[in-house]
Amino acid sequence: MADFKLEDIRNLFKNKSRIEVRLSGAGGQGLILASVIMAEAVGLFEGKNVAQTQAYGPEARGGATRADVVISEGEIYYPKATKVDLLLVMTEEALTKYKHVLKPEGVLIYDEFYVHPKTLPVSRSFGFDITRTARDVVGKMVTANMVALGIISALTGIMSEEALKKAVERKAPEGTEEINLKAVEEGIKLVKERFK
Amino acid sequence: MSEFKRVGIIQGNEACAVAAIDAGVRFFAGYPITPSTEIAEMLAAELPKVGGRFIQMEDELGSMAALVGASFAGLKPMTATSGPGFSLMQENLGFAAMVEAPCVVVNVQRGGPSTGLPTKASQGDVMQAKWGSHGNYPIIALAPHTVREVYDATVMAVNFAEEYRTPVVLLLDEVIGHMRERVVLPMPEEIKVVNRKKPSEPPEFYKPYKHTEDYIPPMAIFGEGYRFLTTGLFHDEMGFPTSDDNEITKLVKRLHKKIYAHEEKIWRYEEFMTEDAEYLLIAYGSAARAAKEAVLLTRKEGKKVGLLRILTVWPFPAKIVRELANGKKAVLVCELNYGELVGEVERATKGLNVPVFFKGRWDGELLHPFEIRDFIKGV
Repeated sequence: MADFKLEDIRNLFKNKSRIEVRLSGAGGQGLILASVIMAEAVGLFEGKNVAQTQAYGPEARGGATRADVVISEGEIYYPKATKVDLLLVMTEEALTKYKHVLKPEGVLIYDEFYVHPKTLPVSRSFGFDITRTARDVVGKMVTANMVALGIISALTGIMSEEALKKAVERKAPEGTEEINLKAVEEGIKLVKERFK
Repeated sequence: MSEFKRVGIIQGNEACAVAAIDAGVRFFAGYPITPSTEIAEMLAAELPKVGGRFIQMEDELGSMAALVGASFAGLKPMTATSGPGFSLMQENLGFAAMVEAPCVVVNVQRGGPSTGLPTKASQGDVMQAKWGSHGNYPIIALAPHTVREVYDATVMAVNFAEEYRTPVVLLLDEVIGHMRERVVLPMPEEIKVVNRKKPSEPPEFYKPYKHTEDYIPPMAIFGEGYRFLTTGLFHDEMGFPTSDDNEITKLVKRLHKKIYAHEEKIWRYEEFMTEDAEYLLIAYGSAARAAKEAVLLTRKEGKKVGLLRILTVWPFPAKIVRELANGKKAVLVCELNYGELVGEVERATKGLNVPVFFKGRWDGELLHPFEIRDFIKGV
C-alpha cells in the first residue's frame, strides 16, 4: 500500500463543489441510518446542501443495501452518486458491485472483518477492523455503522467530529446515545493509530 | 397544534405528511405499504393532536371507501399507498369521481406489475392514475421532484380536490418519497388553503349535482339539513339514478369540463434552460432530476438542450408541450417506465415534424444522467 499522509487525504475533500459518498453492505448493518446521520451532520452542522437516498431489498436483514449521500455547495439536481469520492464497503458483494463507480482519486474504506480484497481498486484503499472493533471494544456488534462514521470523519474531514457527534446524539435511539458515541470515538481512534 | 420539524434534513414522505396537516387534512384511512409507510406512520401520530382521525383499514378497498365517506362528512381526507394498493383502490376511486368527493390519494410508486419491487423506484402508474377506474372521468395528478416540492404539491393536491370537488392523485416515487434533503418548509400561515364551495341556497332548493356555470356543484355536508343522495349510478342534479340519455351526456360532459375548463390554472411546470434550446427533454418526478443533470452535462459538450419539467401530469399540459416542442430538432421523453407519458407527448406534437424519442428504465433504478446524455448524443 502506498504511503499516504492523513492531511493529503483530507485535502482531497476540501473545497470540493460536489462530494459523492456511498455506504454499502448488507441489510441490518445500519448503513441507511449511518447515511441519515451523515446527512444531518453535513447539512445541519456544516451548512452544506445534502441529498440522501437509499436502495435496499425487501428483506429486514441480508440483501444488498446502499445509501448515497451527495454533498454540495450549490443545488443538487441528481440526488444519487454517479462517480464516488468515498466508498464504504461492509461486505464482499458490495465491493464487487461498486468498486467500478469509484473515482480514480477516490477513497475506499472496507471492513476487514468481512472484506478481504485480493486487489485494491484504488490506491487510497484503507481496511479497518470495523465490525470487530464494534463487537470487542465497544461491546455491541450493531454499532459497526457508528465506528465506520467515526473513521469517515477522522479520515476525510467531510464532517467534523463535533458535527458527527451532535448528529449521533440527535438520531440515535433513546438510551443508546452513549454507546453510539463510544463507537464513533473508537472509529476515530482507529484512524489516529493508523496515521500516528 | 402539532410542532413539526420544518427546517433540516427532511424526507419526502415526511414533507407530505406535514403538508397534509397544514392544508387541512383531518382524516386518513389507509393500509401501510412500502415505500409510502412513513406517511401513514407520521399521520397516525400527528392527526389525533389536531383533532383528526387516523384509521388503519382492513385493506385498500376499504380505505378508499372510507375516504369518500369522510369527504361527505365534511373532512378533507387522504390516503397513501403504492402500486398494489393503488390497484385495489381503483373501484372506489371511480366512485369518488362519480359522486364528486374531494379526496387525495398519494401513490408512492414502486416497481410493478403486481408486488413487483417493493423497495425500488418506478413511474409505472402514470397511466393508471388517469385510466385506472372504468368509465369516463378526468383526474388531476401531480408528480413533484424535490422534498420541498412534495410539500407544495401536497398542499396543491388538497386544494385542487376541494376547489374542483374531485379526487386528486399525488404521484410520488420511491426516490422522492424516501429521499432526504436539506429544506426549509413554510409555516402553516404562509400557505393558501382552499375550502370547498358550500351551498348558498336554502336546503329545499339545494341540488347536490347542480350544473353550475363553473361546472363545480357546491357541496353540502351530510347531516347539515340538506337532502344529499349519493349513487355510483348515473344521476340527475338531485342525485336520483337516471338512464336518460340527456342527463348522462350532461353529467359526463360536466365532469370533464370541471377539470378541462380550468386546466390552465391546474397546469404547473418548469422550464429549465429552454430559452435557446435546440433539443427538448421532457420529464417529471425523480427522472426530472437526472434530466436536469443531463442538461448541464450535455451543454458542457456544446449541445443546446433544455428541459420541460411537468408537475401536473394530468390534465396533461398538451398546449405547453406543443408550444415548446415547436421548432426543436427533437423531443426526448425520460420516464421510469416502459413508455407512458411519451404517448401524450406524441399526440401533443402531432404534425409538428419534430421527432419524439423515448428513454425509459424499469428495473427499479433511477435513470442515470450519463445514460440520458449518451441518449441525447445518439439522436
